[in-house]
Amino acid sequence: MLLAKVIANVVADTKIDDYKNLKIMMVQEIDHTGRDNGKMVLAVDHAQAGIGDTVIICDEGGSARMLLDTPTIMTIRTVIAGIVDEVTLDPDG
Amino acid sequence: MKLGRIIGRVVADRKHESFEGVKLLLIQPLDSHRQPSGDVLVGMDVVRAGEGDLIFYESSKEAGQALPNWFHPGDVAIMGIIDHIEGIDAETTGGA
Repeated sequence: MLLAKVIANVVADTKIDDYKNLKIMMVQEIDHTGRDNGKMVLAVDHAQAGIGDTVIICDEGGSARMLLDTPTIMTIRTVIAGIVDEVTLDPDG
Repeated sequence: MKLGRIIGRVVADRKHESFEGVKLLLIQPLDSHRQPSGDVLVGMDVVRAGEGDLIFYESSKEAGQALPNWFHPGDVAIMGIIDHIEGIDAETTGGA
């Protein structure tokens, strides 16, 4: 899993059937200090995330299908799994 | 999924049977500012995308599952045509 920040909402009318009822967000990957690592990815939202939220994303097909609880196999890989409230770093670490 | 733009088409007469009837398009990957980011890819089109379209695509094994025969060896699939992107650059959202 990775930390990311939601930066936009992607609207697409024409898409494969599996995605008809799924919300797609553009997220920017960040490190544990909140710094942008330069990688952007589009993720299916499974946490009712909004623009500006820090989130946890899973970027693997099997995990994505498990998160969405999809009985059929579908083309999915990146899913927003949760909204981060706080990241605490060990001061001695 | 990743963001990209269709910049061309690939025609191949002789190919593996699994690619019969599959339209192949050239994808320029884009960053969040819609600037080119990375090498151009060949993707399988399942949404009737055309040149200039802003699209999202999937790479890796998951891509093959977008095709009717889901056990497919292709590793890049164009999955949707983007109408607009809300939230980053309002002045360009109409010009997808």
